[in-house]
Amino acid sequence: MSARTIEKPWQRWLLRITLFIAMMILVVPGAWVVMTAFRPNVEVMARPPIWIPQDWTLNNFLGIFGLLPDRQQGLPVERYFFNSLVISLTSTVVAILVGMMGGYAFARYRFKGKGALFLSFMLSRTVPGVALSLPLFILWSKIGLIDTKFGLILVYMAINIPFTIWLTDGFFRQIPADLSEAAQIDGCTRWQAFWKVEFPLARSGLASAGIFAFLTAWNEFALASQLTRTTASKTMPVGLMDFTAQFTVDWTGMSAMAVLIIIPALILTFIVQKHLIAGLTFGGVKG
Amino acid sequence: MKFFRSPQATPYLLLLPAIVVILAVVLVPLLVSFWTSFTSYNLVRPDSLYNFVGLRNYRRLIGNDDFWWAFGRTVVFITIALNLEMLMGLGLALLVNRITWGQRTLRTIMMFPMMFSPILVGFQFKYLFNDSVGLVNNALFALNLIDKPIPWLVNGWLANFSIIVAEMWMSTSIFAILLMAGLLAMPKEPIEAAKVDGCNALQVFRHITLPFLMPFIWIAMTIRSLDVARAYDMVKIMTNGGPAGRTELIWTLMTRTGYQNSQMGMANAMGYISILLSIAFTIMFYRNLSKARVFMGGAQ
Repeated sequence: MSARTIEKPWQRWLLRITLFIAMMILVVPGAWVVMTAFRPNVEVMARPPIWIPQDWTLNNFLGIFGLLPDRQQGLPVERYFFNSLVISLTSTVVAILVGMMGGYAFARYRFKGKGALFLSFMLSRTVPGVALSLPLFILWSKIGLIDTKFGLILVYMAINIPFTIWLTDGFFRQIPADLSEAAQIDGCTRWQAFWKVEFPLARSGLASAGIFAFLTAWNEFALASQLTRTTASKTMPVGLMDFTAQFTVDWTGMSAMAVLIIIPALILTFIVQKHLIAGLTFGGVKG
Repeated sequence: MKFFRSPQATPYLLLLPAIVVILAVVLVPLLVSFWTSFTSYNLVRPDSLYNFVGLRNYRRLIGNDDFWWAFGRTVVFITIALNLEMLMGLGLALLVNRITWGQRTLRTIMMFPMMFSPILVGFQFKYLFNDSVGLVNNALFALNLIDKPIPWLVNGWLANFSIIVAEMWMSTSIFAILLMAGLLAMPKEPIEAAKVDGCNALQVFRHITLPFLMPFIWIAMTIRSLDVARAYDMVKIMTNGGPAGRTELIWTLMTRTGYQNSQMGMANAMGYISILLSIAFTIMFYRNLSKARVFMGGAQ
């Protein structure tokens, strides 16, 4: 912007200070938990409180894996992590594929019942997770899907598909239809035109839809806590509950586990974050 | 079979997998739960699934104070949290948008809370608001503002306040990101023109920026109102509906009724009343969104 109004120095400082405070509020609560993961328990209980960790330690991480000699009982964290990874990745990939097909249909074709179908997909998301967990529990136990990874994958697909359709529909609309028509005139089939022209252009949208789907599945708790029972399918968020089994919460162990849950989310979001803002605008508002 | 080969069938075939999944995982369970809401279904007595009791569950709910308190609390919770998050998110987006240097870094920091799952946010704030080791009380002690610990999660009012703080920490950045996206997409010419015409910053915001942002605001509201069920995870961890049911929301009450008291039929009846609430919120926001879009005119 060239014609920006010239600010007085005090205004600039006010802006900077406000921003600094806002960023602190956003970062400190999370960072505090991450810091706790590397503190010995004595420091957490210390009075007066110790603000900056004095004794950095990895014992909390070793502890939850059961690798410390004094605390013999660890948690099957690696099982939880593996379950979470399999369930989140599978459901994300399938939801993106199925959602992309749906989004493409909505963006490129006119057909009977289009509006009603679109609205039904939207409405299927108004059903809150907890409201769905009771009937799903009944059904899944009747057909033997309780405590299986497949059972959860199916559920997360259903949760993510409507949102993916919504986002990809917006993205395919952004791409002029002439492009694929031109490719078809040049001898491509509609299928080839899609993969060679439209798919690469919509990639950033698919990436942001993907990160949303993954984070939803990775972080979901309400349904997972009812539909899983053992290490065969328990996910990380459900595993976090293991720390409240006693009357007191094991804060350091819980924080270490929290760090393990955040890391994949953090890495993925940083990789895809460039597309994130674009994904939110186009998918959401342009309908 | 001829229909499936014709070109008209293509969109339906493309949508078929999505429809099948939604039918199987959302619609069928909903039909099952709709049926159970008319039975005395009890988890420990499976045969009660076929014991039809008509509207008894619904009639009992109408006279059930606990349920209506939870219902009202949910409406108030959604209203307060959504509006405050929207205002703070708008403020944050405008602030970050003013900064020209290092904006990308600020945007990344802004996304930090989005990476925490709601259940993690619950644990995190349960820890921060803990009366003996929590950061909040420690900081207040260090600043000499209090001389005995504040029972953040033990007092009913404070517990509700703490939950709203946690919810706002988690979701304000979602609003900020969505509105930031709107600000980035905004054409610069109208603002320049208004400034040349002598509008001050407030007038520019009121008459140009805000109307342009309205669709983004409603979209954010719609998405978030659909996701309020996430508050279940947080509330479950932070207070589990306590102390003495003072932070009970519909969702925590439902799970308690369904799983702990095994009254699935009753819980599903609650579910149906609460789904009506979600649908009402969605329709309200969707209407506002359509209005805002019309107001935007040619921009779409």
